Amino acid sequence: MADVTLIVDGKKVTAPAGTLLIEACKSAGIEVPSFCYYPGLSLQGACRMCVVKVEKMPKLQTACTTVITEGMVVITDSEEVRQSRKAMVELLLGNHPLDCPVCDAGGECELQDMAFSYGAPESRYTEAKNHREEQQWSPVVYFDRPRCILCYRCVRVCGEGMDVWALGVQNRGVSSIIAPNQSDHLECEECGMCIDICPVGALTSGAYRYKTRPWEMNHVGTVCTHCGDGCKTTLGVRRSDTGMEIVRGDNRDKSGINNDFLCIKGRYAFDFAHNEERLMQPLIRKNGKLEPSTWEEAFELIGRRFREVRDKDGGQAIGVIGSTRTTNEENYLLSKFARAVLKTNNVDHHRSADFPALAAALHGKPGKTATMRDVLTAPAILLIGNDATNQHPLLAWQIRTNVRLRSAKLYVINSAEIKLKKQAAGFALLPAGADAKAVAFLSGDDSVLDSLAAAGTARDAWTALRDQVRGEQNLVIAFGSELRGADIEKLAAFASTLTGAKLICLADYSNSRGASDMGLYPDLLPGYEPAASASKFQQEWGSLPAEKGLTLPEMIDAAKDGKLKALYVVGANPVGRLGIDPFLLSKSFVVVQDMFLTETARIADVVLPSANAYEKSGTCTNTCGDLQLVKKAGEVTDCKPDFEMIVRIADAMGFDVRGLVPFGGGTHSDMGQTRGAQSGEADRHAVWLEAHNLEPKMTPFDPMAILDEIQRVVAGYDVSRVNLLAGADQHIEIAEGGAGAIHKPELIVPANDGLFSSGTLGRYSKTLNSVMENRSADVEVAAD
Amino acid sequence: MRFSDEFETRFSEMITHYPTKRSALVPTLLYAQDEVGYLSDEVIAELAGRLGLTELEVRNVISYYSMLTTKPRGKYNVQVCTNIACMLRGGEEILDHCKKKLGIGHKGTTEDGLFSLEEVECIGACSWAAAAQVNYDFHENLTIEKMDKILDEYKKKGTQ
Ligand code: SF4
Ligand code: SF4
Ligand code: SF4
Ligand code: FES
Ligand code: FES
Repeated sequence: MADVTLIVDGKKVTAPAGTLLIEACKSAGIEVPSFCYYPGLSLQGACRMCVVKVEKMPKLQTACTTVITEGMVVITDSEEVRQSRKAMVELLLGNHPLDCPVCDAGGECELQDMAFSYGAPESRYTEAKNHREEQQWSPVVYFDRPRCILCYRCVRVCGEGMDVWALGVQNRGVSSIIAPNQSDHLECEECGMCIDICPVGALTSGAYRYKTRPWEMNHVGTVCTHCGDGCKTTLGVRRSDTGMEIVRGDNRDKSGINNDFLCIKGRYAFDFAHNEERLMQPLIRKNGKLEPSTWEEAFELIGRRFREVRDKDGGQAIGVIGSTRTTNEENYLLSKFARAVLKTNNVDHHRSADFPALAAALHGKPGKTATMRDVLTAPAILLIGNDATNQHPLLAWQIRTNVRLRSAKLYVINSAEIKLKKQAAGFALLPAGADAKAVAFLSGDDSVLDSLAAAGTARDAWTALRDQVRGEQNLVIAFGSELRGADIEKLAAFASTLTGAKLICLADYSNSRGASDMGLYPDLLPGYEPAASASKFQQEWGSLPAEKGLTLPEMIDAAKDGKLKALYVVGANPVGRLGIDPFLLSKSFVVVQDMFLTETARIADVVLPSANAYEKSGTCTNTCGDLQLVKKAGEVTDCKPDFEMIVRIADAMGFDVRGLVPFGGGTHSDMGQTRGAQSGEADRHAVWLEAHNLEPKMTPFDPMAILDEIQRVVAGYDVSRVNLLAGADQHIEIAEGGAGAIHKPELIVPANDGLFSSGTLGRYSKTLNSVMENRSADVEVAAD
Repeated sequence: MRFSDEFETRFSEMITHYPTKRSALVPTLLYAQDEVGYLSDEVIAELAGRLGLTELEVRNVISYYSMLTTKPRGKYNVQVCTNIACMLRGGEEILDHCKKKLGIGHKGTTEDGLFSLEEVECIGACSWAAAAQVNYDFHENLTIEKMDKILDEYKKKGTQ
């Protein structure tokens, strides 16, 4: 759009036509205070804090609703403007309780800030204030009505942003109140967006309320450990008896791919970390019972047994099951440890999407995968399968926002009338399980049309939808795990007939993509290199096992036959999640690394208490292939990151860990003092060294040492380290990797998690559980 | 739920007046209230469904307008104006009298369900202050005596 020039406080400001005055001022570094204005939401004009003087206009104007015009002369700071704002703050404080010393928002409250900057030191109001006790609207949402300043941000973000419309405004004028959809409680997606966006402490969260003050926490930006979307979350942590406790999650600084969005899991379901069932000590089975032991004893035992099995029965008698929630570094290390130390190709993980097929389809054809950011800006999106609102909340948010603010076209093909249908410009209902047929139809195969139309979407409607989709440029195609193997190749072939179309393959867990990229497959090494022909890794890792590896179900079969003598399970719960009969594993020596005594851990011979993704550093890759930095926030004494445990086991097996983790070499530096006058020097060194990929890796437990190796040998991962460390997300080009593979479709087992569940992890989150219980109670009431 | 045929005719005619369905909400609410007596949960759910709104949205609108109510009212809703013109001409005394006579306060309903009482703002009858409105009927140039008679008449009408 053409630019418009105006004068603000005597300064020339230029901005595109159509820009709101408040934004134009902001872009010129001029602050205009506001409460109700929120970028991306509809305009409200309710609070009148943003008033400014516009020449030739008789009264003060609200900068948040005024569009700039050529030659406009604006004054944002004058006696008149100051008086007006002061009066607004005075009115707002008229019934506002002065409970800042106990209020959750104290210290980061916009009303406090405004009162400080623009308010009057005293009030003329002497009337008694209207009080109303705090109300609990759901396990997550609490409302303290007197604190509300009626900015309606919560109402708008819930309605426009979340498309839930669970909050409303009732009554009128000074009696207006914010009301929940079920008169005295809420039934909603419990995302906490309303709480997050509330400028004051009126909406507070069950997780955080009255626990601490903002300045008593450290704030660590890391990545959510639940679904595959990879939201950035800033965790507030504080010291506790057992280490560092996480007390809050948000993304108020709007960094990362998710802006300020988080679903309930990213925002509140960090509480599994402090579940009292958490394991705090290694356990060893003695006389049939798991007994507490020491780390040394545990590592010694595992090292000895693994070595015995390997040397006696060969590597093929050992199986390794990796995690979809550990870091890339841990997954890579595990893949390497299995091949180089255990000498086995029996490596697998809980697969929830078919990335190897995607790699095969796109091999050598770069530029065909979309980022999570692309979903926000693409002119059109096609979603095949998957219920993104429940399974990929961020993806759904990106889609909704794009449709709302940029009029993107959404096409949905699904076997259910999913919620996103509401945003769709085109929707086709599939007969259950016919997703592959839809791909065939899109590709031009009309013979499937009759069977597609069986679900109710008429033949004409299908054809019209296909015509529309074919006419789109720069289309983002996101597909669920309904599509596997050859169907993905077919879809990719269809996509390549469109200009600029890009794909997103949807997987269920936070680092499902990373587990896949790092080669937790029997037949694939990191970067989708076929294990059979991996000379690159032979050079890196030394000699590789020659035997073909077993898939997870095959490992279980081998265990049943007594051929799998040892099983190493890192952060996975195959017994609980994949419905494996625990009895089948009774003949194997089973080692499990987990936070909890899961169904799998219960039958193990050794259980090692592990740290979760919030308690370690490294990187992870979201379902789109966006690589992000994971930073250590919480800490629970005596739990170790999986990384360290893998290295210690290798060491206990008598393996020289330098061959596993390239640490120590290269840089030697004076780290300076960490105390006294020169304190901070070490940090300054570290910043520079890190930025140049030279940070000293002083121990074999440093995941950065493996990140070096990943960046060197895993195709697509050679992205800018500086950007990565700065917290930016970077897209991994899957096409640069190896040839991938077409696997049996039944190896994919969808997690079937919804908004309030999260695999084994979710079972240990009290927040998620209480929301679920609350729901079933509601259902019971409705039934009678 | 079922409304009268008259309601349905009005509704289907009215819905054509507006570019979006939701715009018909306020008049629809008023008609429904006239017919049912108040806006019950059932009415709210029905109208929300018809107009493609959430029940919460319908409730938000109802709560905004003081003439809409979600609670059952008496057969005769006595609305006494105490705004400036009526106040100067004895409106407050008339209201007090009604309170005493009916034994109820502002927004109250008599036990027999015959009367509700409301103190209201200007009803646009200032030239004939003091004024009151019973359901849709206006009563003007009121005095306590006149009001007393009016209430008696309604009582007779209501108990016949
Ligand atoms: S928690 Fe989310 S869905 Fe629930 S009311 Fe708040 S914004 Fe709406
Ligand atoms: S609860 Fe908070 S966000 Fe909602 S209107 Fe009140 S002050 Fe604004
Ligand atoms: S959308 Fe996924 S990544 Fe984002 S907060 Fe929710 S669970 Fe975490
Ligand atoms: S910010 Fe402009 S009126 Fe509230
Ligand atoms: S003041 Fe009573 S009718 Fe206007």
